Amino acid sequence: MALNYDQALEKYEPTLGLEVHVELNTNSKMFCGCATEFGASPNTQTCPVCLGLPGSLPVVNAKAIESSIRIGLALNCSITPFSRFARKNYFYPDMPKNFQTSQYDEPICVNGYLDVTIDTDEGPKVYRVDIERVHMEEDTGKSLHVGGATGRIHGAEHSLLDYNRAGIPLVEIVTRIIPGTDKYAPEVARAYVAELRDILRSLGVSDVKMEQGSLRCDANLSISPRNSGTLGTRSETKNVNSLRSVERAVRGEIIRQANRLESGERIIQETRHFQEESGETRSGRSKETAEDYRYFPEPDLLPIVADPAWVEELRVALPVKPSIRRKKLQEAWGVPDKEMAAMINAELLDTVEETVALGAEPTKARSWWLGEVSRLANEKSVEPTSLIQPSEIAEIIALIAAGELTDKLARQVVEGVINGEGNPSMVIEKRGLKVVSDDSSLMVAIEAAIASQPETAEKVRSGNIPAAGALIGAVMKATGGQADAAKVRELLLKHLGQA
Amino acid sequence: MSREIIHQTAAEMSAELASGNVTAVELANAHFDRISAVDGDIHAFLHLDREGALAQAASVDASRKAGEKVNPLAGVPLALKDVLTQKGVPTTCGSKMLEGWRPPYDSTVVTNLKKAGVVILGKTNMDEFAMGSSTENSAYGTTRNPWDLSRIPGGSGGGSSAALAGFEAPLAIGTDTGGSIRQPAAVTGTVGVKPTYGSVSRYGLVAFSSSLDQAGPCARTVLDTAMLHEVIAGYDPKDSTSINAPVGKMVEAAKKLDVKGMKIGVVKELAGDGYQAGVTTRFNGALEALLSAGAEIVEVSAPSFEYALAAYYLIAPSEASSNLARFDSMRYGIRIGDDGSRSAEEVMKMTREVGFGKEVKRRIILGTYALSSGYYDAYYGSAQKVRTLIKRDYEAAFAKVDVLVSPTCPTTAFKIGEKSDDPVAMYLNDVCTIPVNLAGIGGMSLPCGLAPEDGLPVGFQIMSPAMKDELMYQVGGTLEAALQSSWGQPLYASAPTLAVK
Amino acid sequence: MAAISREEVAHLARLSRIEMTDAELDHLASEMGLILDSVSKVQAVADQDIPPTSHAIAMQNVMRPDVVVPSLTNEETLSGAPAREEDRFKVPQILGEE
Ligand SMILES: [Zn+2]
Repeated sequence: MALNYDQALEKYEPTLGLEVHVELNTNSKMFCGCATEFGASPNTQTCPVCLGLPGSLPVVNAKAIESSIRIGLALNCSITPFSRFARKNYFYPDMPKNFQTSQYDEPICVNGYLDVTIDTDEGPKVYRVDIERVHMEEDTGKSLHVGGATGRIHGAEHSLLDYNRAGIPLVEIVTRIIPGTDKYAPEVARAYVAELRDILRSLGVSDVKMEQGSLRCDANLSISPRNSGTLGTRSETKNVNSLRSVERAVRGEIIRQANRLESGERIIQETRHFQEESGETRSGRSKETAEDYRYFPEPDLLPIVADPAWVEELRVALPVKPSIRRKKLQEAWGVPDKEMAAMINAELLDTVEETVALGAEPTKARSWWLGEVSRLANEKSVEPTSLIQPSEIAEIIALIAAGELTDKLARQVVEGVINGEGNPSMVIEKRGLKVVSDDSSLMVAIEAAIASQPETAEKVRSGNIPAAGALIGAVMKATGGQADAAKVRELLLKHLGQA
Repeated sequence: MSREIIHQTAAEMSAELASGNVTAVELANAHFDRISAVDGDIHAFLHLDREGALAQAASVDASRKAGEKVNPLAGVPLALKDVLTQKGVPTTCGSKMLEGWRPPYDSTVVTNLKKAGVVILGKTNMDEFAMGSSTENSAYGTTRNPWDLSRIPGGSGGGSSAALAGFEAPLAIGTDTGGSIRQPAAVTGTVGVKPTYGSVSRYGLVAFSSSLDQAGPCARTVLDTAMLHEVIAGYDPKDSTSINAPVGKMVEAAKKLDVKGMKIGVVKELAGDGYQAGVTTRFNGALEALLSAGAEIVEVSAPSFEYALAAYYLIAPSEASSNLARFDSMRYGIRIGDDGSRSAEEVMKMTREVGFGKEVKRRIILGTYALSSGYYDAYYGSAQKVRTLIKRDYEAAFAKVDVLVSPTCPTTAFKIGEKSDDPVAMYLNDVCTIPVNLAGIGGMSLPCGLAPEDGLPVGFQIMSPAMKDELMYQVGGTLEAALQSSWGQPLYASAPTLAVK
Repeated sequence: MAAISREEVAHLARLSRIEMTDAELDHLASEMGLILDSVSKVQAVADQDIPPTSHAIAMQNVMRPDVVVPSLTNEETLSGAPAREEDRFKVPQILGEE
């Protein structure tokens, strides 16, 4: 019988390490002046250098160096006094030179750390993730496979190559083994990637969009029998395209490896690919022989000797750490821990902050994003921010505050915006959702209500304020719910001499 | 021989053009005629760009007519080694691999030539990917030495040197990784300079060994070479290893004709056993000429030079194995075996089997070995240390002398086929030229006479400290003038007359 | 003589993606032995304390500003392609891809 996660953890302990690749958001590529825009038409952001044409030569993008150093500093790394690029030699059609220009034994940043907090059974716990190195390299092109599904059917299969992505600067951030994660390995992995992503975003060095591949995580995982003091054979799981997937991939891989060992099989050192649908990993290409990358210093590029004064300048100018920023926001907004955690977990902190910055009241902004919008996003299995803009939520909140929308109407406006009916004012216009706030038309409805319930009106006149509810209800009904109940109440009481 | 315009030096042609005695179009046509007449035997050119050359010549003529200020070399024809890219013009590097490839961009050397109005006649033959000392490794046939058609014109830039010696062009561009400019110059009685590494851009020079490759000027005289040097040299932001400093005054140095008080060091290790008697005789004759001109001659020892050849034959193949990996048939060049059933990897292997010649494969395998895990330290790593030792030898020598000299090669031109089955013997040909590349300094070869035993040209090598290339021109110019006055004419004028077809 | 076996040469040929016949492998193995014999003399002087030289002219920190310059057109990019399909390079099937 197959072990589940808890059973696997009873017998084995996991060892976790993570490699994150970040595409820098420089204007131009790592070694040439080609643009880096995502989604450009194939092979239009290409030149002799990034196509690896004979005779072409690389020149390092200064901004990429700066961004790498800033990443290293934000991750508490030492900036090495001497670093350089090497050639990693192997053949692959999406790599134009058949070597990747990458840093090898002389990376730009080493020995850093990142603290991440996760919820455990014993409450919040901080894990220190040691960063071994941060180094620079270049991305590969993209291949597209055409033809039959398997085998060599009538020579139908071929591949198509687009080198727009080739040469886009990448920074690789490699952790050491993260000690003592035990059963929390999946949560630690997720929290690390999330925290790293927040830091990278705060630095403004990358778009950090996992779904577009500008942030990619490879999880190295092995397991060993509890208290055996040994290290198991590790697998490297790629293709992990969201934070949720990071957690699922680690969990899935622990279960897979445990069950393999249980059935007496060996773990193979290999690359595995995460399958989004099943949450499992699948074996990648197994190489017939171990690659020998024949690294040697890139003769076409020169060493980087970062001026300590410059590094210090960059260090001083680093933005506030996300963890500190979160604390400040929490104080400013007066939000309890639990709600703060909810916003962070839902990855909506930035969105809420942006909404607040546009004038919305923090509690309102939080409740719209985590409530109605998240609910609708969940239904559609998409990110809340893909449905509606912070500016639109801020506008809706302002309209409620001004009494022009009720909560109920506002929900309809949100729905309309999400349905693509336009921005909030367009939806209000089209759907005719404006609160009936015109006093004279409301007064007509109020007088009609009083006329139909004279006894109730009398009660109110004589000081029985709660009795007004029935009259207000009648007015709301008459106006099809579009009246602002508070306004109705105010006018009604005034009319009956009670205000 | 009757002196026609094609026999003039580039400087003389420049003067004729300036005075309006000849137009650039006439000059280009005269050279195309000469090529048609003799290149069947010599086979210096792989491709002629008549259309481009005549258009450039016409444009220069128009500029001159309009009274515009032009470079002295504007309108002077040039032969370009087929290892430099020229937009839209076939660039094969002497390899079957690149058959039919027309690069979509100009190398910086070509950009500079075009800017100066130099007329590029076509692309010259070479050993495949510049690997060789004889042009026998070209996929497109061997080039023959105009001094003796049964002999090699040197390599890898044998097409460029033969074009000069055969009066098919007054100027040529070569590239020098271990001697590929200087050795061909030596065996064809012409002049060739390997500038300081980083002083001429490598952008668009199809890489053989990136840390050693350097393009340079070739001509029949020291002055012509200096003029061309000034056109192609200079800082290029597209080449990270390009030196950001002003180009020295080569032409001025070539015209000084004065070495009084200069100290010239003779490298002890680049002489003796294995050097042809006539080479030694002519080399010593040149030393005497320099002595008479007022230079001080001293002997200098460079003990690590003994290891230079070995270090070179590790470093160059290692870098080449990586540089040549890109020739995989995916994006350009030939593709073999793509019948729809084979994988990309299989097609790569088949293409590389067919597309590369024997010597290229030999060096790729050697380089792959030298870089592989377990051997890196012993081979590539050790070779890089030898490089340090050689640099130190030069530093010590240049602390004592202004320039160093040696024969350019141990022998005169050998027979075609004589060494093609013995790679180690072939490699020995580069023993005098290689240390210069390993240290990144400047080196020049100029003719110092004909070896008495075979009547073939002997090359004299001058080596100057990094970024002091003008010293080579000063010494070379002086030596050339002294020797020519003793011979009564330039050496190239005594070359045999070729059968004209 | 530095011995290098045919299997080693075959491995190197695989690493460098060159198809070779058995005869070629044998021939190259013997040549490689000779060449390695003559080049291994570098080991004799390469002492521990000698720093390696990778660039003859020592320079550092050569960088370009992060400025976009025009790329080649799609037509120029594909101009040398042995095969193409619309705006992409067409190549034989790449094995082992996801
Ligand atoms: Zn590019």
